[in-house]
Amino acid sequence: MAGIIGFGAYVPKYRIKAETIAEVQNANANAIKSGLGLTEKSVPGKDEDTVTISTMAARNALARSKINKKEIGAVYIGSESHPYAVKPSSGIVAESLDIGNNYMAVDTEFACKAGSATIQINAGLVDSKMIKYGLSIGADTSQAEPGNALEYSAAAGGAAFVIGNNSESVATIDYTVSFTSDTPDFWRRAMQPYPSHAGRFTGDPAYFKHVTSATKLILEKSNMKIDEFDHVIFHMPNGKFPERVGKKFGVTKEQLEVGLVVKRIGNTYSGSSLLGLAAVLDKAKSNQKILVTSYGSGSGSDSFILTTTKKIEEVQNLAKTVDDYIERKEYVSYAKYLKHMEEIH
Amino acid sequence: MKVGVLGIGITQFGEIWNKGLRELLLESQLAALNDAKLSPNQIDAIYTGNMASGSLSGQLHLGAMAAENLNLDKPSIRVEGACASGGLAIRQAVHAIESGQVDIAMVNGIEKMTDVDTGQVTTALMGAGDEEIEGFNGLTFPGLYALMANSYMNKFPNLTRDILAEVAVKNHFHGVRNSYCQFKKEITIDTVKNATMVANPLTLFDCSPITDGSATIILANEKVSKEMKTDVFITGSGLANDTLSLSRRKSLTEIPAGKKAAEIAYKQAGVTADKINFAEVHDCFTIAEIMATEALGFAKFGEAYKLYSNKETYFDGKIPINTSGGLKACGHPVGATGLKQAIEATMQLRGEAKDRQVKNAEVGVTHNVGGSGATAVVHVFRKVR
Repeated sequence: MAGIIGFGAYVPKYRIKAETIAEVQNANANAIKSGLGLTEKSVPGKDEDTVTISTMAARNALARSKINKKEIGAVYIGSESHPYAVKPSSGIVAESLDIGNNYMAVDTEFACKAGSATIQINAGLVDSKMIKYGLSIGADTSQAEPGNALEYSAAAGGAAFVIGNNSESVATIDYTVSFTSDTPDFWRRAMQPYPSHAGRFTGDPAYFKHVTSATKLILEKSNMKIDEFDHVIFHMPNGKFPERVGKKFGVTKEQLEVGLVVKRIGNTYSGSSLLGLAAVLDKAKSNQKILVTSYGSGSGSDSFILTTTKKIEEVQNLAKTVDDYIERKEYVSYAKYLKHMEEIH
Repeated sequence: MKVGVLGIGITQFGEIWNKGLRELLLESQLAALNDAKLSPNQIDAIYTGNMASGSLSGQLHLGAMAAENLNLDKPSIRVEGACASGGLAIRQAVHAIESGQVDIAMVNGIEKMTDVDTGQVTTALMGAGDEEIEGFNGLTFPGLYALMANSYMNKFPNLTRDILAEVAVKNHFHGVRNSYCQFKKEITIDTVKNATMVANPLTLFDCSPITDGSATIILANEKVSKEMKTDVFITGSGLANDTLSLSRRKSLTEIPAGKKAAEIAYKQAGVTADKINFAEVHDCFTIAEIMATEALGFAKFGEAYKLYSNKETYFDGKIPINTSGGLKACGHPVGATGLKQAIEATMQLRGEAKDRQVKNAEVGVTHNVGGSGATAVVHVFRKVR
């Protein structure tokens, strides 16, 4: 089966604290922080969008992959915030990466799992020998209506993965499954600027049902037990949900903590579980087992089991890490945040 | 007057996302039939209390739905009187039975509220007020009851913020002991005081929640009731109305319709307040329970605070109030609330209330209010051996 040849991440440097938003929303900041399990979130710069974030993450992934980039045969970008409704982000990013013109490309959308789905697509294309390498990206500058509860968590960032043959990989993709249903928990209709959500309905019947089902399915398929994994990553809409689903499976704090980036940067939507995976790959040793389950509202979950190879430690220093980006930060006021989000001009 | 309660059935109250209006209604209907050991074709008439299915679910004509659910072509109507719809539906059934036209009646109460957002629910509920005078000018129900709370607490300063919070604390205490309750969690006075402010002085924990739920009781005339060997009877029914708008009310510190309805029901039942062992009252907001306690005669006007500061309204207290958890903890699926009150009264009189059972319960009263007090229905329930 296919594996990950290179990986890279990007998180904008701007941050806004939960306190800053709570002050404007006239809410109790401590209650928000403990309720959501996060303290601040990333904010895109004024000239940053899904295309620029994807480009930065992909450049880091290419730096670690050490491949001839002209051999990339497919570029897929999953996002809820493609800058254009009609005009592919994937084409713009591929052009800026200078990978030539002989590649398949399309933008995907499945709420927060649009990026993880592109890893499955590229793995299939590699396995079928239709392509040698494929570029999978999940990135977002997620939207939240000022005043809405989403404002505390909707963040910006992304991760990119070069998918190729197992023999070259830094992590093999051992198993992948999906669990999908029509569950209307969160949506944004065409021409609408902000998503709508169904409050607590986004919990049990949506996130927890799908993440749990996909994870159960892959554990059954692989005949593995949760304690066999060195790292576990669940999609991170906030800091609480992945911990709660982890508790259900008996995941320890140590297994979760490396990938739990949401506490420091918020929910990067299509980038979320993939940034968690990139953060784990930044630090993983060889021959470690990783479980990743994404979640996209609407709803579906993609679950992956990966095993790191001896090559992992050789590539970790070839590009900036997730931690490098998280630690590089500059706080903005609420007014500046609105300007960066193009709410005011 | 003696109208027997043959059966009761109730769904879980809460955010019931996996069941629609029809399914919830059917669930309580079948549960009540099962409890009464009756088949659907023994029902002569159906009354269904509901306030807002038209705006919340796009579905009206619930009379037909309730009959269709049981494959019946018997008389079946929807009864609407805002939050008092359930109590009014019971009263319609009582009248039909007392008139001799109906031997056995099914009474349902249902509301499906969580499929739309809070703003839509708030707008729909404001239909219980005066749209021209209140709703159009931006008033909401938390706002109306906050005006009443402020007026009351200014006039009767003995009702402190802490004592008002005790209403919610006590109802959550009872709710933990009720299996079909929405919130099974005990709270403290600080929980109430420190919660998000909704309309000063009412915080989130002074307000009843948005709830899905359905409840059904089956009533019968005295002859059938004796044959079926029930010992729980409705012996008094009172209804009174008042102005739709709070601004036209004579007093902001009481709900006179509740007092008048209680007087009618007590007289019919031949009871006085001091003979009543427990009450299920309409605590849509904590201040509403204080006013209900006084309207029902358990305390003089302005003095209900004593019952709450002395914790005498718990299930083992002097006058247990809202052993179901009330609207606050059990939930407030608007049309179903009046039926839930009747079910709690029946359970108490049958001795089926387990951890919240009132000792030696012989007489109980239910008090169901529509709007800010424009409609009030009171029923007296009695154990008759």
